[in-house]
Amino acid sequence: MLNRQGRPTAAGEAGTNAHPTFTGNKALAQIEPLIFEIGHHETTGVDLDEPEAFTPRLGGLERKEAIGLPGLSEPEAMRHYVRLSQMNYGIDTGLFPLGSCTMKHNARLNERMARLPGFSDVHPLQPVSTVRGALEVMDELSRYLVTLTNTTTVALSPKAGAHGELCGMMAIKAAIEAKGEGKTRNVVLVPDSAHGTNPATAALIGFTVRPVPARDDGWVHVDDVKKLLGPDVAAIMLTNPNTCGLFENQVVEIAKAIHDAGAYFYCDGANFNAIVGKARPGDLGIDAMHINLHKTFSTPHGGGGPGSGPVVLSARLAPFAPVPFITAENGVLTLVEQAKDATEQPFGRMTAFHGQMGMYVRALTYMLSHGSDGMKQASEDAVLNANYIRASLADLFSQPFGDKPCMHEVLFDDAWLKDTGVTTLDFAKAMIDEGYHPMTMYFPLVVHGAMLIEPTESESKASLDLFIAALRDLAMSAKKGETERFSGAPYHAPRRRLDETRAARTPVLKWTKPAPFAEAAE
Amino acid sequence: MRYLPLTDTDRGEMLARIGVNTVDDLFADIPSNVLLKAPLDLPRRKGELEVERIMSRMAAKNVPASSVPFFVGAGAYKHHVPATVDHLIQRSEFLTSYTPYQPEIAQGTLQYLFEFQTQVAALTGMDVANASMYDGSTGTGEAVLMAHRVTKRRKAVLSGGLHPHYVDVVQTLSKMASDDVVALAPDVSATEDLLASIDDSVSCVVVQTPDVFGNVRDLKAIADKAHQHGALLIAVFTEVMSLGLLQSPGSMGADIVVGEGQSIGNALNFGGPYVGLFATQSKYVRQMPGRLCGETADADGNRGFVLTLSTREQHIRRDKATSNICTNSGLCCLAFTIHMTLLGEAGLKRLARINHANAVKLADQLAGVKGVEVLNQTFFNEFTVMLAKPAAEVVERLAEKGVLAGVPVSRLLPGAGLDRLLLVASTEVNTDDDRAAFVAALKEVL
Repeated sequence: MLNRQGRPTAAGEAGTNAHPTFTGNKALAQIEPLIFEIGHHETTGVDLDEPEAFTPRLGGLERKEAIGLPGLSEPEAMRHYVRLSQMNYGIDTGLFPLGSCTMKHNARLNERMARLPGFSDVHPLQPVSTVRGALEVMDELSRYLVTLTNTTTVALSPKAGAHGELCGMMAIKAAIEAKGEGKTRNVVLVPDSAHGTNPATAALIGFTVRPVPARDDGWVHVDDVKKLLGPDVAAIMLTNPNTCGLFENQVVEIAKAIHDAGAYFYCDGANFNAIVGKARPGDLGIDAMHINLHKTFSTPHGGGGPGSGPVVLSARLAPFAPVPFITAENGVLTLVEQAKDATEQPFGRMTAFHGQMGMYVRALTYMLSHGSDGMKQASEDAVLNANYIRASLADLFSQPFGDKPCMHEVLFDDAWLKDTGVTTLDFAKAMIDEGYHPMTMYFPLVVHGAMLIEPTESESKASLDLFIAALRDLAMSAKKGETERFSGAPYHAPRRRLDETRAARTPVLKWTKPAPFAEAAE
Repeated sequence: MRYLPLTDTDRGEMLARIGVNTVDDLFADIPSNVLLKAPLDLPRRKGELEVERIMSRMAAKNVPASSVPFFVGAGAYKHHVPATVDHLIQRSEFLTSYTPYQPEIAQGTLQYLFEFQTQVAALTGMDVANASMYDGSTGTGEAVLMAHRVTKRRKAVLSGGLHPHYVDVVQTLSKMASDDVVALAPDVSATEDLLASIDDSVSCVVVQTPDVFGNVRDLKAIADKAHQHGALLIAVFTEVMSLGLLQSPGSMGADIVVGEGQSIGNALNFGGPYVGLFATQSKYVRQMPGRLCGETADADGNRGFVLTLSTREQHIRRDKATSNICTNSGLCCLAFTIHMTLLGEAGLKRLARINHANAVKLADQLAGVKGVEVLNQTFFNEFTVMLAKPAAEVVERLAEKGVLAGVPVSRLLPGAGLDRLLLVASTEVNTDDDRAAFVAALKEVL
């Protein structure tokens, strides 16, 4: 390999002491200012011609003041956002074992399909006769979801998982009111291990939350549920597989007890990805379950959205599904935006249009690619990978509910870190230095110092072996008392540990122009 | 299977390490009568080429906005998005990252959220904006709930100019939460007496401008009356582009500003994903729903950003949270902020003027067609026309002639007796030829 002058370099010539750089940059690690610090209000990266003179019809409400928006030319903008992206960790960067979040591979075929103009460039309110293919996608996706879950129908429109929970609970509330029990049934049972969205959702629409206490084996027991049931209970919100990484082994009995008491079974489907093709939630007795298309069916998480949370419904709840929905009339699909007859009792509308079409296309592409055999294999591999990690770490890490098979994620606690001076948080930050995204930590709340690891089916055995070796090395280091490796971590990330307390105490939530000479005055 | 790296040899070795014989031993907690023995009755796996064929066949049955003269709006708008935007949002590090819970390796997401919040606050004329909501309609529902928390009252007044689907979303949420809603009758010409509905029992007044019929509304008097009675003014927009040309809701006295940001950076996508914008005054920030990004410093003293004020949120507060919301519209909000950065102040204002100019041109041309009456005195890039025939029928006939003309009001408000009204939008994408085609086709149909 020759350099520009034709002179070969050798590693031995390199000095060992790095000089602080003038720019503050470190080669590929670039410092990037805010757009407000580099942009200008006159600069634009979009060429537009000023319209010909005309008389405005704004009723004298024209903006007079400046907005305060900087612009960047196209090359400047490209560089700004590329540099920002390089400070981010994604699935494509490395193993992303964030438990309960299912960071599996995002196939680019799905992106390409979502960008077909026939899907991306159609308006939700253009004539139905011009969007037959879009309705076909929604209908086909619905058919897959209903088949995979053995339910009756699906409400596609919820915009994310929590929005799906809201939709499902609204359907339950509507069903209860239709039976004339709206005044009396106002309690929802929620296990302590549930996602925070569950109690928040129930409370949002006026239910009182009655916690189901955690047991020391990680399962919800039918006896505990029965004790809490009564004529005031509207529903249970149960996550299955649960947030401890276990399949609820009494779920069928729990469903029966709930139904016998005249209540409904809402299942949080965040972890459906562990059992696709292995078990159908409808066979377990659920009445409603949201499905995070961005988890199970691999639509990209995008740094926090957009998600998509369709809700499958049992026959008991199907009549209450919100608008809009799709029906077939004489074999032709049509969109129902208002209830037409008495058999339909939609509880209302969740969002302005038809939900996350862009996500439907991606999820359906995933389903067609995998097929029934591939989806089943994906679930099995996800569960296999999690158990492989469990088995490979069980001698060093402690498990709160004993060493037993898990589903797609394995839960450890921090008992094994006792007296090491290393916390779950420190351990997670040290994983960053090793090139890994940390696992989910301190969730579920029922486990002390929880570490929830979900490798997904996207990891190869070689990748898992290196991950396991790295975690074992970190664990040995912690047990040997090498606390500095943890307490100061991360050392090698774009930022060191950030002061979250300061951010919350004196919130700075937007950029403001520095006062001139402010520094000189200090 | 191209997405699954494990080989059968791997699987065998891994099962041995785990100490079980078959993978089904790991599923032993599933009752055996429920455990599926064979794959479900769905097609088997397919290669890329075959999947592309199937999806493309369905896509081809739709009429894309770019392929015809296109004037459909009513809450979602066809705009041109620069190529740079779509390239950048597909960067792996943005596309495949999670909510930035580990800020040391998520500064890219956090910095653009901070920039986005600053842009939205500036546009709306408010102190503070959150990191986005699902869309404008769900954001409006959240704004009403927030107003109830702030005022400790539970009655919302909705203007008759609010998008009917937004009304439905608010009413659904309010009915479920046993809150009161007073929804005024559809108000085509912005003549409703909102002031008369405001009294000491009202928590908030929700007013859209430009309203669903296109009218530009002055909010000042409504803000004053609301504040006299201890109520909040929630200003809603469905076309964010209008803020480039119109006075900001904040400058007119709004307490919460919420709306749809799809027009900047985001495709039509048949209704989603979109991006809800949400802004308010500093004093209400702790009652705000959704994610917030804030500035701080790291252990070396370098500036950095984190998610903050999370004690409002469900993962901490559970049933006492300000909202059950868990995500924002990450990638759509990235698309918004990139497009807005490319436009800048100068570009946004010019683009808004082009939109308005095109709509004025179209309104004047349509007004010259027999059987068409333009109802608006004021508008931005969308207005209402009264036709000599039912609008739904006219729209279908025009679609057959290859013109997508707009949204019949009867589709949004069936049974309201507004069957001859049509909402027509015009943006920078429309050319003189588009307008000529619309006018010619309309003359034939009417």
